[in-house]
Amino acid sequence: MSQTTDWLDERLGVAKGGRKLVNKIFPDHWSFMLGEIALYSFIVLLFTGVFLTLFFVPSSHEIIYHGSYAPLRGQKVSEAYASTLNISFNVRAGLVMRQMHHWAANVFIAAIVVHMLRIFFTGAFRKPREMNWVVGVLLMILAIVNGFLGYSLPDDLISGTGIRIAFSIVLSVPVVGSYLAFLLFGGNFPGDSIIPRFYTIHVLLVPGIIIGLLAAHLGMMVRQKHTQFPGKGKTNRNVVGIAAWPAYAFQAGGFFFLTAGVLAALGGLVQINPIWLYGQYIPYKVSYAVQPDWYMGWLDGALRLMPSWETVMFGHMIPTVFFPAVLLPGVTFTILAMWPFIERKWTKDDSIHNLLERPRDNPKRTALGAAVLSFYVVLFFASSTDVLANSFNTSLNFVLWSFRILVFVVPPIVWYFTFHLCKETSGVYNAGKRKRALVINLSASGEYSTVETEPYFEKEEEEIVELPEEVAFHSGVTEHKETANELMFATSHSSANMKTSPTDDIGPLRSGGTGIFRIPRNVPGGGATGMGSRKRRPGKSEE
Amino acid sequence: MTISPEELNHHSTGPVESKSAERVVAMSFLVSFLATVALGVTFWQGGQPQLEGTFLFVALVGIGVGTVSWGKYLVPQGPFVEEREELVSTEAEKAAFEASLGRGTSELTRRKALTRLLGLSLGALGLIQLFPFVRSLGPLPKNSLTLTNWKTNARLVKPDGTPISVNDLEVGGILTAFPEGFAGNAYDQVVLVRPSQSAIVTKPGRESWAPQGYLAYSKVCTHAGCPVGLYQQLTQQLLCPCHQSLFDVMTGATPVFGPAPRPLPQLPLLIDSNGFLRAQAGFDQPVGPGYWERS
Repeated sequence: MSQTTDWLDERLGVAKGGRKLVNKIFPDHWSFMLGEIALYSFIVLLFTGVFLTLFFVPSSHEIIYHGSYAPLRGQKVSEAYASTLNISFNVRAGLVMRQMHHWAANVFIAAIVVHMLRIFFTGAFRKPREMNWVVGVLLMILAIVNGFLGYSLPDDLISGTGIRIAFSIVLSVPVVGSYLAFLLFGGNFPGDSIIPRFYTIHVLLVPGIIIGLLAAHLGMMVRQKHTQFPGKGKTNRNVVGIAAWPAYAFQAGGFFFLTAGVLAALGGLVQINPIWLYGQYIPYKVSYAVQPDWYMGWLDGALRLMPSWETVMFGHMIPTVFFPAVLLPGVTFTILAMWPFIERKWTKDDSIHNLLERPRDNPKRTALGAAVLSFYVVLFFASSTDVLANSFNTSLNFVLWSFRILVFVVPPIVWYFTFHLCKETSGVYNAGKRKRALVINLSASGEYSTVETEPYFEKEEEEIVELPEEVAFHSGVTEHKETANELMFATSHSSANMKTSPTDDIGPLRSGGTGIFRIPRNVPGGGATGMGSRKRRPGKSEE
Repeated sequence: MTISPEELNHHSTGPVESKSAERVVAMSFLVSFLATVALGVTFWQGGQPQLEGTFLFVALVGIGVGTVSWGKYLVPQGPFVEEREELVSTEAEKAAFEASLGRGTSELTRRKALTRLLGLSLGALGLIQLFPFVRSLGPLPKNSLTLTNWKTNARLVKPDGTPISVNDLEVGGILTAFPEGFAGNAYDQVVLVRPSQSAIVTKPGRESWAPQGYLAYSKVCTHAGCPVGLYQQLTQQLLCPCHQSLFDVMTGATPVFGPAPRPLPQLPLLIDSNGFLRAQAGFDQPVGPGYWERS
């Protein structure tokens, strides 16, 4: 027993709970890493964000620029803009940190969206995980809001135009719109309080809420355990996969560095938001091809496609902006958050689901999801009508009307094809599996026949083993003599390095490992000996 | 229980492969370390974004590849199985839980009234505390959305504050103008265009509004408030670059395309005896995007 374990255990009792933690099982599937990408991007956002706060000045106070970027010298700029230039050109590693922060935000939201699609299409949101789905939707909304706030902080021409549009959107809310806009933005647009206010919300309020919800998101996941795809030995009542320690911890920890590494490469090599080219925000200036970050694209597209209907009734106006920019996101996020409950009303399904569905096995949900998704994808592309018209040398009118038609025509088509594709594939044996090569044999009598080649590596064939109950865990229950022996065994083997032959009688080790992991036993569906069970294991007498 | 060597081989990763995996891990960590050294040198030398990004990438990915390979090839992979514990409690446990929650309620005779009073005092405290906070966030709109600084006889000035004279704009030219004393004001901005030499009548009743071909419209788009900054002389149209609304200059900036619902309000102009452009009066309607109180 190490001194550290003793010391900690006497104070916190870490051994009991800690063992449970290191034995937690994580299903091994690539799609489970999407949420991890989001989490790791968020960590990168926190690190780079703290760096940026040390140099950013959240103020719209006007100064004359004297910095190192020559083309802007002598111009009137805000302190926010000037300090962003300073970060980009003078602070060591400042540009990389700033661009990493921006890229991480884009990747963060992208990962959240794809993660959500995975959850949706595999039915992972079903009972008992409805609450976690709602928390996830809230996290996505907050991520989008904070992305927009951060994007607005440098006070450059493009983001300033974005704030102007946001002001008009808040203004369009019926009844309270003008009051809401004046309170949120500190008066009529533009005003001096927008940048400092956005800054506090961006670095303090929203990240704080995100961290809280994230804790709830992960806490609920640990409590309810992961879902898993159906497969050999996987049931609704067990989890099959790799153990938290060491396999998962090493893989996930390494994956954080991989994510951060890719973000660093993007931040260092791929330019994003070069505000020195856009210039300081001046309310009467505007730039061509004004586009927000990608996650706002669907809203911008909706604003462009919306016809110019403005309703005036009983002396009151509902502006045209209200429908695409307030009503649409409102309805979108409400239905999204309520989806588990809506579907449950539909299916009347009250059972617990820990096994995932293949998307093809639920054609109705998959087709509906794909159709709705295609609607937003069309809106996203509609946010570049002007660029498309320019690059394809066609009229804006044509592009706009094409999108107005596409946004209604594409979803039903997508629905039809997805639905029938699901129906087709769900009945096909081995659909989605890797095809094996056929070997054509010519027999002596001149007949031809085909044989499938041997599988090169079938993961499916692996035996599922019960989580090893380390020898030490049995100690203190009964036989003291044997316990002592086994303890010696455990320590001698765990201290032995990887080079020990895996043919020792402790058990086969897929990775030539340390010897503390024991004989694999096939437990289809799992027996009574769950984790932490003190029952003697049947294989033991043979040792 | 013994396992034959064949079976073991079937489980792949023998000592040989394990050794090569160890080599990969070691190499990754080493590469990462070297990249970190290079990164340090780059910082020392004053920094260079592309190099920093590249070295940081190699340093992080080196650790990443090494650690993931370690977790993938050098430690047991299972697959292991773990039973799910039952989340649902028994009826007895639930009953006990509710009983614990209901502790002490039976002794109270006026529990409902007390709870309501607590709710009242807490709610009132919250609301009253919220008021100064919310109220301090910003001024009330009052008439700031309906009134601009354009008054009768206000002189038109350029963004730098210099007054605009009748010779400042060629036919086909465009200028952004403000009322004198308010140069740069976001809400007062006006786009000044000159489609021709002679007076233009954009709408009946606006006969005297465009002397010598000068037309002034509010530059704040009636859709989402962007500056309507692009002027196409050939078609006499103003374009808002945010959402591509097109306004026809000759007919009072009526929207001809895109999501803008209303014409840009027109500013009636006059030319004073010194040849400077002035406003005959303010706008006859609120400028910019719509809102509830606007009718």
